[in-house]
Amino acid sequence: MVKQSLPKRVGIAVLGWAAAFVLFFPLLWMLLTSLKSEPEAVNPSLTFTPTLQSYGEVLARADYLSFALNSVVISVGGTVLALALAIPAAYVMAFHPTKRTRSTLLWMLSTKMLPSVGVLVPIYLVFRTLGLLDTRIGLIVVYTLMNLPIVVWMLFTFFKEVPHDILEAGRMDGARTGAEVWHLLLPLTLPGVASTGLLSLILCWNEAFWSLNLTSSAAAPLTAFIASFSSPQGLFFAKLSAASTVAVAPILVFGWLSQRQLVRGLTFGAVK
Amino acid sequence: MATLRLRGLRKSYGDAEIIKGVDLDIADREFAVFVGPSGCGKSTLLRMIAGLEEITVGDLFIDGQRINEVGPADRGLAMVFQSYALYPHMSVRDNMAFALKLAGASKAERAAKVAEASRILQLDAYLDRKPKDLSGGQRQRVAIGRAIVRHPKIFLFDEPLSNLDAALRGQMRIELARLHRDLNATMIYVTHDQVEAMTMADKIVVLNAGRIEQVGSPLELYHHPANLFVAGFIGSPRMNLLPVRATGPDPAGVRVALPGGGEVVVPVDGTRAAPGATVTLGIRPEALKPGTDGALAGEVSHVERLGGLTLAHVTVAGGATVVAQIEGSAPVRTGETIRLTIDPGATHLFDGDGRALPHRSRHPLAA
Repeated sequence: MVKQSLPKRVGIAVLGWAAAFVLFFPLLWMLLTSLKSEPEAVNPSLTFTPTLQSYGEVLARADYLSFALNSVVISVGGTVLALALAIPAAYVMAFHPTKRTRSTLLWMLSTKMLPSVGVLVPIYLVFRTLGLLDTRIGLIVVYTLMNLPIVVWMLFTFFKEVPHDILEAGRMDGARTGAEVWHLLLPLTLPGVASTGLLSLILCWNEAFWSLNLTSSAAAPLTAFIASFSSPQGLFFAKLSAASTVAVAPILVFGWLSQRQLVRGLTFGAVK
Repeated sequence: MATLRLRGLRKSYGDAEIIKGVDLDIADREFAVFVGPSGCGKSTLLRMIAGLEEITVGDLFIDGQRINEVGPADRGLAMVFQSYALYPHMSVRDNMAFALKLAGASKAERAAKVAEASRILQLDAYLDRKPKDLSGGQRQRVAIGRAIVRHPKIFLFDEPLSNLDAALRGQMRIELARLHRDLNATMIYVTHDQVEAMTMADKIVVLNAGRIEQVGSPLELYHHPANLFVAGFIGSPRMNLLPVRATGPDPAGVRVALPGGGEVVVPVDGTRAAPGATVTLGIRPEALKPGTDGALAGEVSHVERLGGLTLAHVTVAGGATVVAQIEGSAPVRTGETIRLTIDPGATHLFDGDGRALPHRSRHPLAA
């Protein structure tokens, strides 16, 4: 690799830090606001006395742990179910394609272009009839279906990178489809499968539309927890920020710990 | 014990027919080589035997049992791929033990079989390495080891040496032939390299455009090619092929007129070569020798010197070029005019359809 000149390297570093700061700024601002008192929160000043008062009030007013547990169960459940459905689907599309595989994939992706609100009423009615309103199972099903197209697409592109010869060698060695997927395909595409799972997890965690409309208390995740702090009396920015911080904290820590895996997966196959 | 029988095998992808009706028998413990130019269907045929490609029409029997509908996992065959297709996430040991693990073999049995295979292939020192840490030749050996541990009914090889350099290829040819002797197994080997076919095969199957052109022992194909395609494909340098005219029957065979006025009597059955008919004369390069009374004359257009052999390219009357393979470092020079004598025993005659006229006597080694 050609060594870059010093000014060029400094320039790239400054640009990188600047981009990172811009992306990180909303989170930082949210964190700072959450440490202010309610009157200070509307004032964009950086000089204030930090206080944990908002956190105390937020945690006292609502059962944070119950919301967080719902978020974890629903996100993990939705991700596991989506992977369980998408792995066989992507395997067949990647290794036994038919004339219609390409159009099926495009059709799956096109469903993402439909505004969710367009199917809200039918899904609400179906859920009411089946007794799935305000249940974790109900949200798991909705999240699975919501993310399935993108999960199938991502797995499909990762699976496409695997040489057919290796799977055929497995077949000659006596592997049936299940063993072929479990012993060869999944270990070979592990970074890709992991990053797909992480993405699905984050999408589930962030989802607000369905969780607000289909749950009230028993199955309400952290998105509903945050929303409960925007009240008709006005916005309480410090409390809202504190609620948002505790809501995004788990997934933020999780994402930070797995960022290596995530980056590896998303660039998987880009360089041979 | 493993015999293979192919009956009327055909393979089509949509309207394109790749294999156009193949009938073939491969005996127990035979080393059969499928050879042909690229695109002739030899790899497809091998993959149909392996079960990796569906058979469109026809029947495939192993040990007398029809196995068209049996999946590759249950055919009891092992295959060595051109790309080696090693499992990149597994060590050499696990690569070789994978099939045994799937078959439910005990840990002790797996270890014993892997140890035996790695001893045969001299892989003992590499068992804990990953494929990416091996050289091409070592990877090749692991791929073969993976096949050996299974004790398959038939070994299938799909151009296994084409990714190796020339020296290693020569060495692996000898090793594979030795392996065939030691294992006493039926092997089917696909290659486009006629040298590999000639040196390793008990039986060569020459394929062209999805059809079998000829099946026979290497020397049978060399000395008694059935048609122009086989004559041109088997043998290096290629057989010289000259369009000539049959001038009449002869007690010893068929008399043909050579370009430039000479004549040669080809010792073949002449019932299909009426006087005046246009036929193709085939002369092996080693059957042409410089000689003052030679029947063929021409100008040397190019000389290739291999040290022990000299290949003289000679342009004869009519513009055709023939190659003479002369022992030793012969004193021929580009630009000089020489005469070439023809050994009639190493000549062949093909009729207008390209079919060989049968020789009057068989070569003693071509069974």
